[in-house]
Amino acid sequence: MNSKGASTSGGDGTRDSSAPRRNSKKPKYSRFTQQELPACKPILTPAWIITAFALVGLVFVPIGLASLSASEQVVEIVDRYDIDCIPEQFQNHQLAYMQSSQTNKTCTRNLIVPRKMNSPVYVYYQLDNFYQNHRRYVKSRSDKQLRSKAYEHVTDSCKPEDKANGSAIVPCGLIAWSLFNDTYKFSLDSKVLEVNKKNIAWKSDQDHKFGSDVYPKNFQSGELIGGAKLNASIPLSEQEDLIVWMRTAALPTFRKLYGKIEVDLELNDKITVVIQNNYNTYSFGGKKKLVLSTTTWIGGKNDFLGVAYLTVGGLCLFLSICFVLLYVFKPRTLGDPSYLSWNRNAAGHPS
Amino acid sequence: MASGRPLLIPSPQGANPAARTETNSAGPIPPAVAKSSSRRSSRSRNADRTPSSSEFSFAAELKASSKATFSVENFGRSDSKPARRYPSKRSDSGRLGSQREISDDEARFVYINDADRTNNPVRFPNNSIRTTKYSILTFLPRNLFEQFHRLAYVYFLVLAGLNQVPQLDVYSPVASVLPLAFVLGVTAVKDAYEDWRRHRSDRNENNRMVSALVDAKFRPKRWKDIRVGEIIRIAANESIPCDMVLLSTSDPTGVAYVQTINLDGESNLKTRYAKQETLSTPPESMSGLIRCEKPNRNIYGFHANIDVDGKRVSLGPSNIILRGCELKNTNWAVGAAVYTGKDTKVMLNSSGAPSKRSRLETHMNRETIFLAISLTALCSVVTILAGLWLHRHRDELNYLPYYRKKNFSDGDNYDYYGIGWQTVFTFMMAVIQFQVMIPIALYISMELVRLGQAFFMIQDKGMRDEKTKSKFQCRALNINEDLGQIKYVFSDKTGTLTENKMEFRCASVHGMDFSGGQDDEENGLFISVNGQIWRPKMSVKTDPELLNVLRGGKGTEKANRARDFFLALATCNTIVPIVIETPDPATKLIDYQGESPDEQALVYAAAAHGFMLMERTSGHIIVNVLGERQRFDVLGLHEFDSDRKRMSVIIGCPDKTVKLFVKGADNSMFGVIERSINLDIIQATETHLHAYSSLGLRTLVIGMRELSRAEFDDWQSAYEKASTTLFGRGGLLRAVAANVECNLHILGASGIEDKLQQGVPEAIESLRQAGIKVWVLTGDKQETAISIGYSCKLLTSEMTQIVINSHSKDYCRKSLEDAIAMTDRLAAMSLGAQNTITGTESQRVPIALIIDGTSLVYILETELEEELFKVATACDVVLCCRVAPLQKAGIVALIKNRTDDMTLAIGDGANDVSMIQMADVGVGISGQEGRQAVMASDFAMGQFRFLVTLLLVHGHWNYQRMAYMILYNFYRNAVFVFMLFWYVLYTAFSLTTAITEWSSVLYSVIYTALPTIVVGILDKDLSRKTLLKYPQLYGSGQREERYNLKLFILTMMDTVWQSLAIFFIPFLAYRHSTIDGSSLGDIWTLAVVILVNIHLALDVFRWNWITHASMWGCIVATAICVIIIDSIPVLPGYWSIYHVMGTGLFWLLLLGITVAGMVPRFAMKAFTEYFMPSDIQIARELEKFGNLNEATASEIPMSTFSQPQQGFI
Repeated sequence: MNSKGASTSGGDGTRDSSAPRRNSKKPKYSRFTQQELPACKPILTPAWIITAFALVGLVFVPIGLASLSASEQVVEIVDRYDIDCIPEQFQNHQLAYMQSSQTNKTCTRNLIVPRKMNSPVYVYYQLDNFYQNHRRYVKSRSDKQLRSKAYEHVTDSCKPEDKANGSAIVPCGLIAWSLFNDTYKFSLDSKVLEVNKKNIAWKSDQDHKFGSDVYPKNFQSGELIGGAKLNASIPLSEQEDLIVWMRTAALPTFRKLYGKIEVDLELNDKITVVIQNNYNTYSFGGKKKLVLSTTTWIGGKNDFLGVAYLTVGGLCLFLSICFVLLYVFKPRTLGDPSYLSWNRNAAGHPS
Repeated sequence: MASGRPLLIPSPQGANPAARTETNSAGPIPPAVAKSSSRRSSRSRNADRTPSSSEFSFAAELKASSKATFSVENFGRSDSKPARRYPSKRSDSGRLGSQREISDDEARFVYINDADRTNNPVRFPNNSIRTTKYSILTFLPRNLFEQFHRLAYVYFLVLAGLNQVPQLDVYSPVASVLPLAFVLGVTAVKDAYEDWRRHRSDRNENNRMVSALVDAKFRPKRWKDIRVGEIIRIAANESIPCDMVLLSTSDPTGVAYVQTINLDGESNLKTRYAKQETLSTPPESMSGLIRCEKPNRNIYGFHANIDVDGKRVSLGPSNIILRGCELKNTNWAVGAAVYTGKDTKVMLNSSGAPSKRSRLETHMNRETIFLAISLTALCSVVTILAGLWLHRHRDELNYLPYYRKKNFSDGDNYDYYGIGWQTVFTFMMAVIQFQVMIPIALYISMELVRLGQAFFMIQDKGMRDEKTKSKFQCRALNINEDLGQIKYVFSDKTGTLTENKMEFRCASVHGMDFSGGQDDEENGLFISVNGQIWRPKMSVKTDPELLNVLRGGKGTEKANRARDFFLALATCNTIVPIVIETPDPATKLIDYQGESPDEQALVYAAAAHGFMLMERTSGHIIVNVLGERQRFDVLGLHEFDSDRKRMSVIIGCPDKTVKLFVKGADNSMFGVIERSINLDIIQATETHLHAYSSLGLRTLVIGMRELSRAEFDDWQSAYEKASTTLFGRGGLLRAVAANVECNLHILGASGIEDKLQQGVPEAIESLRQAGIKVWVLTGDKQETAISIGYSCKLLTSEMTQIVINSHSKDYCRKSLEDAIAMTDRLAAMSLGAQNTITGTESQRVPIALIIDGTSLVYILETELEEELFKVATACDVVLCCRVAPLQKAGIVALIKNRTDDMTLAIGDGANDVSMIQMADVGVGISGQEGRQAVMASDFAMGQFRFLVTLLLVHGHWNYQRMAYMILYNFYRNAVFVFMLFWYVLYTAFSLTTAITEWSSVLYSVIYTALPTIVVGILDKDLSRKTLLKYPQLYGSGQREERYNLKLFILTMMDTVWQSLAIFFIPFLAYRHSTIDGSSLGDIWTLAVVILVNIHLALDVFRWNWITHASMWGCIVATAICVIIIDSIPVLPGYWSIYHVMGTGLFWLLLLGITVAGMVPRFAMKAFTEYFMPSDIQIARELEKFGNLNEATASEIPMSTFSQPQQGFI
């Protein structure tokens, strides 16, 4: 029986059924209409169950181990600087410090490389407790406007950052408005470490989502400055920091790529970072961290996947052993009619 | 009508012969005169006769006897008061015999041949019909209104409406309305198409032509233009355009034959006749006033009178011909339209059966409420948390980058209405966001699945009656799954268990038993008329010895009695012989048309024995007696009624004698037989009768008496007086009949076999094994019922029979108390027996309850009902005999109202309609007794034995499939909602979804819908063979094993676990990464679709290529949809899926989620299936491995398994 045969007979059948009774054209009986299509009837036999559990266990444990070792290879330096970068005297007035335009926001941090880091070393900033996935935040953007100059005025979805001084903001919306504006300058042994900020955004975003003819306009000119300003002479498709930022994070703790250091860092290298601590996360208790990390095939450092795979795999192995034991100690003949409830009761089995 | 069975089809035909007879028996005409009198003279005599006795009508007759009460008014009406249904007294007969006068304010006045006056001041509707539901203008509002009767749609409409409120804008407006609009649109298009087809057929119908009297001439007129009061002329084989009172016909006595197949499905011809008073008036000069009752739907009743020539004449149901019938065997008929268009009885009856609701769906509502509560809980949690969050950050809301309530460009608050309002909005948004918790797709899926199931039921060759070519019909589409949970089957007997093809089997003539019948085609079966051969349509087995007696030995007592016996059979009936042409011009067939199959059988038997009924007119009967054509004058006919339980005919014989032939039920006949003579013959006949009825034959006793001239004159004057009486005519006529039917000589008795249908005993045995209690409700007498009970294995010899057969309420009470005591004792006994000897076959003594209709009169609808219920449920078999149609419904209601058990009623006749509509599931047998039962039923099929396939196979499958599908749909949507919910906890409770709104909308429509529908239609847990072999497997449906609260809660627990796995595995894996919302959303979308499909896959019993294609196809389709959505640049998630698919982590996560999500369920399933196997599980194993254990080689287990690859593409 092939698919064609089945469907044609089905069609005939429908016509038959609506035809009056007297129209006694003998209907075509096919295996389809009689519900007798060839079929596989899997049954969970002990062998199947044990094999399935064992197989899963045997596949999962190695994957778990591989993931763990991959995660182990990743070298990661995380430095939380939001508190330390505020001078002693302002510790109790963090907001005032951040909001004042007078204060010097420069801050110097020293990082020590714990293990050799092969290039490229990715530089991320990590924000904690920052709800880039907040409903109002996520929606406050205009993808049309970002794509092409023609839609510059489409800012309806951008409220409350849609217009300033009577004309549209480009790029509009809360997301762009709150663009991250801390900057990092790295030096190793007083030698500047170049951070490559090219190609940190998705190529697809640069090519299709952010227009090369759209230039920032009217941006951060309102009463309240949310974050970084943009160079109005560079088209949006080249503003990679913005593009990275605009790809909103899924979770309240997230990293964003800042750049890449394309030299290897050796063990115990002392890296000096000069941070311009501009971005105000203090108002809502957010944390800021600087992260330097290498990657492997599972991404950054993350032991969870390995642990999860090991757990599931181990559990499956355990279950498979359990079932083996159960089958050995409480066997049952498959398909024995004497187990049928009516036979069982009649035969005096306890039901 | 002469059978022992109470009136089953209250057809007015029964009244006709009486009326026709009366035309010839008008005066004291000696037989010789009557014989020679021409038709003209008889007609002229009739013309000046005073009010006719036509209302010697069946309606009055019916009411006269409570036992045969069949208030046809109750047909299809649900609002009839139960109190009217079961008359508790049998004594109203006298009162009801009188003709009810119609009061002026409840009458309709029809001025014959004066339509203008008739339609003034009240305009009656014209004769156009409209079966369409909509016009172009009203289509949209009405269709929508009807569709929104489904509460779920209203819920979704409200949500879609809420979504349009700017503050609550969760989905884009299009996305939120789309699913509902799709569903509504599809249904609307379907409805519109159907309505258009109805419109077209209406138009054809309305434009048909008929000839109507216009300006004293008959001119063609469109049907739709006919008005009440107009005179219409119908030619032979024409359809009748409206309900009209017959005024005259081509037949000089005013008889017209109509075929009512469109109305009640009975294919035999019915006789209708015009009143003598109107017969002779030419239509052009006809005038008069008909006062008739208001239009009603009772097709068997009509009350009216006609004022013509200053006389008032009553009209009854036999004077009206109804729209939808066809005129047959009559050259023309002229009538006056009384009901037109939508007032016609056929239109008033065209409403369908009341819709029923399946048990599963009722249960489903319980769980839907549960889901609604959890939905509210989820929303409340979100709302409270959101409120708290807002409260904690209330001072920062102006500046928080991701909230920013202050709009600095105009200084106002942006989209902020205070914490109170914000929480309210949050709640509503949460409801919109989580709305799929109550699955809209489920309702559509259920419809589709039922459609599919119905398709397969209709196609099943196991339920197709090859003989009559009648297919299974699925008339109700919403109770398929109820078929899997039936606990009680109420069955009619005649036509359902038996074929209702009556066959003459044996006769006891003059105290001698002739039952050695043999099939003899040639012998005595044909006669030649003018060189043509006439033969009866059906051949009957004849006893050669009896033939010898008939042919030879003329003059002996024995031969004379035998001749009289068959003469009685040939004459004492209401059968109309109809001559049919055959392909061979030299041969003609005589078809005996009549309403009672018993009479048909008797007339065929008489024909086979040489007494062939050739012609029957209103005044005489022509019988070919052993080759000699003889004419008998019908001088009088006493209709069968259920008080006398006999009918009689007074015949003027060619030899100038007047004979009274009576036939009737044995108990009634022996009361009127003269016992002083021929005592030995009477005793022999009684013995034979006993033997016949224990064989399950229906018996009739035939008697006769020769009337002397004086007796005849007495009778005639009494008859004349009775039939001209205006009030109490029925009772008087009955008294006249009873007076003359006495001191009879016994002629003999006949035994008619009501053949059991094929496979009935086996079917009943299967049903019994399946745990279904079979009750038989029959109109037959007790002995016949019991013997049929034995022959269909309902009763067995080891059963203890409790018979309740009482004639007063006190007796009934006592019998019931005794019966309860008895069942208790037997129960205690068997319990004791089980305690002492465990392990042996069940020691329980089976009990059968046999109760008759008379007792039921005192029991139903009184306080004794409760006791009857106790007794009946304790019994294994219940047999109700002599029950009236509405009592059948009463018995069904007895069970239905007191238990939760599902009931099924199966029957074939109009008398089963009430029972079929009362039961949870009504099954009609498309058999001999017309199509009333089929029209009222939910399912219709050809034979009783198909019930086994229907219940055990299709019912089981349907239930299993539907139950699983409902649970699965709940699970599927809940997983999705929980997954959304977990994410909301990480978005500052702002109800963001990572999943794109399109995926949310498409989730239950495209991503996951098809596999569940396919599984719902095609999956089979067990093969047909196994299900039929082990009927006990049906119990799983009765015990609600596949859908119950426990399963629901377990499923929901599993749901929570799976949603946790889906959400948290990616969450934890991507906790500190650069993952963006859309990418993570894509992972979740794919993960949830894969997981729910794998979940389904694990539960599929049978994988054929369609299952494979839909299951894997759906996952692929999801991936494609996600890819397409992510390829649209203006959506924020542009290109995410390509990025995330490129990482190994993505694939590992999908694998991990699927396995981690399924492990608990799989382990649980593996454990229970092996260590706590259900019957179904064992049977499945048996199906697969059983051949190893079982020696029976005949069982070839499913060859299909060995070739799964073959079908898979």
